Amino acid sequence: MKLPIYLDYQATTPCDPRVLEKMLPYFTEKFGNAHSVTHSFGWEAEEAIELAREQIAELIGAEAKEIIFTSGATESNNLAIKGLARIYGEKKNHVITVATEHKCVLEAAKILEEKGFFVTILGVGPDGLIDLDALAAAITERTLLVSVMAVNNEIGVIQPLAEIGALCKSRNVFFHSDGAQALGKIPLDVDALGLDLLSLSSHKLYGPKGVGALYVRRKPRVHLAPEMDGGGQERGLRSGTLPTPLIVGFGEACRIAGIEMEEEAKQLRSLRDRLFQGIAGRLEGVGLNGHRDQRIAGNLNLSFAWVEGDQLLRNLTDVAVSTGSACSAATLEPSYVLRALGLNSELAHASLRIGLGRFTTAEEVDFAIDAIVGAVERQRAQSPLWALRQEGSALVDR
Amino acid sequence: MIYLDYNATAPLRDAAFAAMSEALRQGGNPSSVHRHGRLARRRIEEARETVAAAVNAAPNGVIFTSGGTEANNLALSAFPGRRILASAVEHPSILKGRIDAVVPVDRFGVVDLAALDEMLSAEKTPALLALMLANNETGVIQPVAEAAALAHRHGALVHGDAIQAFGKMAVDIEVLGLDSLSLSAHKIGGPQGVGALVLADPEADVTSLIVGGGQERRHRAGTENVPGIAGFAAAVADLGDIPAEAARLAALRDRIEKRALESLPGISIFGRKVGRLPNTSCLALPHVPAQTLLMALDLAGIAVSAGSACSSGKLGPSPVLLAMGESALAGSAIRLSLGWATTEAEIDGFLDQFISISQRLMREHEAA
Repeated sequence: MKLPIYLDYQATTPCDPRVLEKMLPYFTEKFGNAHSVTHSFGWEAEEAIELAREQIAELIGAEAKEIIFTSGATESNNLAIKGLARIYGEKKNHVITVATEHKCVLEAAKILEEKGFFVTILGVGPDGLIDLDALAAAITERTLLVSVMAVNNEIGVIQPLAEIGALCKSRNVFFHSDGAQALGKIPLDVDALGLDLLSLSSHKLYGPKGVGALYVRRKPRVHLAPEMDGGGQERGLRSGTLPTPLIVGFGEACRIAGIEMEEEAKQLRSLRDRLFQGIAGRLEGVGLNGHRDQRIAGNLNLSFAWVEGDQLLRNLTDVAVSTGSACSAATLEPSYVLRALGLNSELAHASLRIGLGRFTTAEEVDFAIDAIVGAVERQRAQSPLWALRQEGSALVDR
Repeated sequence: MIYLDYNATAPLRDAAFAAMSEALRQGGNPSSVHRHGRLARRRIEEARETVAAAVNAAPNGVIFTSGGTEANNLALSAFPGRRILASAVEHPSILKGRIDAVVPVDRFGVVDLAALDEMLSAEKTPALLALMLANNETGVIQPVAEAAALAHRHGALVHGDAIQAFGKMAVDIEVLGLDSLSLSAHKIGGPQGVGALVLADPEADVTSLIVGGGQERRHRAGTENVPGIAGFAAAVADLGDIPAEAARLAALRDRIEKRALESLPGISIFGRKVGRLPNTSCLALPHVPAQTLLMALDLAGIAVSAGSACSSGKLGPSPVLLAMGESALAGSAIRLSLGWATTEAEIDGFLDQFISISQRLMREHEAA
């Protein structure tokens, strides 16, 4: 077993060796620019990209033409939200999103607000899920877009996408979802879920970093203004030379996920349950953040009462986990996602995001249980609050 | 196959491939604070230093992007409120953006400095000038240092698109007097999908194009493409002695042009009378459409292009040549571009095919 154990699969996933294998020839002999129309180097690259486009489309029940390649889910979310607003903003100027969205969705919404849009940020329940009635009540005649992430990057909860999609359709509102954490983890079907726009990431599903995609519905057509102008690639929606090897890898990652997702989820669920029972069975004061069942198989987010999160991380040098999303990891602020569930700042601070994935083994899970339980116990042993609690003081109950 | 389309994309350098393979196998999100994350972070910061040093900038001035197009787009949107002037021969990633005025070029494709001076004098709001160091189609080098000095006298900022020039001539952000410059990895034998916008002043107040997680000192959100960035830096480090490589490429390019001028009467070579990149030759055979020549060359196993690669399948006359007043020949122009892996033997092989194919096509036209 190689240390440190990687249990941060929501931050990024290792590139699957099968994916890497498919990418390699496009780094070396098949190096052409896919937009070179005058020679076979270009044609060969273009052909590989179109195959990948089909593989990605297939995983979400879309048509290949509806897939626009980007540099990643952050860019896709920017393009979806700002690009839509630039086309339809004259007619409709209200956007609805959720407090637990990824930073890039919230930041994109903030930019619209600066441009005069109205933005509604819906709260979530203690389980991390949105309230459909609250969403329905927030939609007005001026509402252009509802953007709700499919799977949360910190707590792994799955939002009720089909219900949101049906609601959006009945109220004539565009529905965008950040699917970065969902792709290849749960079945996604753009028609069944009523999605108009869906952001996708490669490096969260064992593909390479630096590539993502945006699904853009064609029937009925959703129009977007490009964020990047230039050579007019991707039907004018996203200029720039396409990175052929990365796209080939992304396509292969989707192909593999399509075949293995169901079996993999089963296996991850059993590893995750083993991890949860292993920790919660040996420690008191462990809280599971996010809905117990409406969640992906590869995520646990746990709060540990009477410990301090950053110190806990420092004591966990052999287990790579995180206290929140990677993007804000360096700031050491308590997670705004956990705060939105109603956790107080101390408990939000004392939380770990544990992400399991394709290469996680039972042996690693058992090692992680011992490491996490040990670290929490050591820290509690030094805490006067914990000592009072052990002596039965009601003052420190929480 | 003989590949002479380096200005479209260059084959990946071995050093870049090795760096990427290592980074791909290591994994990790550079924003994570655990060991996997910290190793990835270190890789990026080392790459930043390498790229910065290559253009004489501060490491903090380097903003990694998804490529040259994004870097150019970011350059134009970074300083809102300024009117944007761009030369008529800029890359579409500049010209298709929010341009307020186009600065004309002369018949060699060199920006008209007198016209620029006049235009800047007439501007009432602060301006931003976008000027490429060297053109992607003709290789013609712009008087960037002079233009930048002039623009600064008028209070304008200057962005230099160095995407084609980098690796083929000296690119020094300070010597050129640029406020920003854009780079692309895959044009120098690095990977596709990564580039950079380099700021002369790392503390400049930049408005982001892509917002979110606060990466790249809040200038460019999104999980960093660690292997791509590592590959970019490895390619930069592998550039070696740029003047020596430039001389090698110029000798090969000049050999092509000398043979072509001797053997193909009536051939035009664009930008030959002014400074050009050492690796680029843009030429036109009289009355032979570019497409006809390109198809014949492709059948003979030679990969070249007509103008730039990114015009999405359309093979119209080159806007660059049209801006130079070459409308009669624009439909016949092809671009040869050489690079790090080009050998003397390839150039000999190319010349044998090219001369005989061109002579045949010219004869066919005369017979028709």
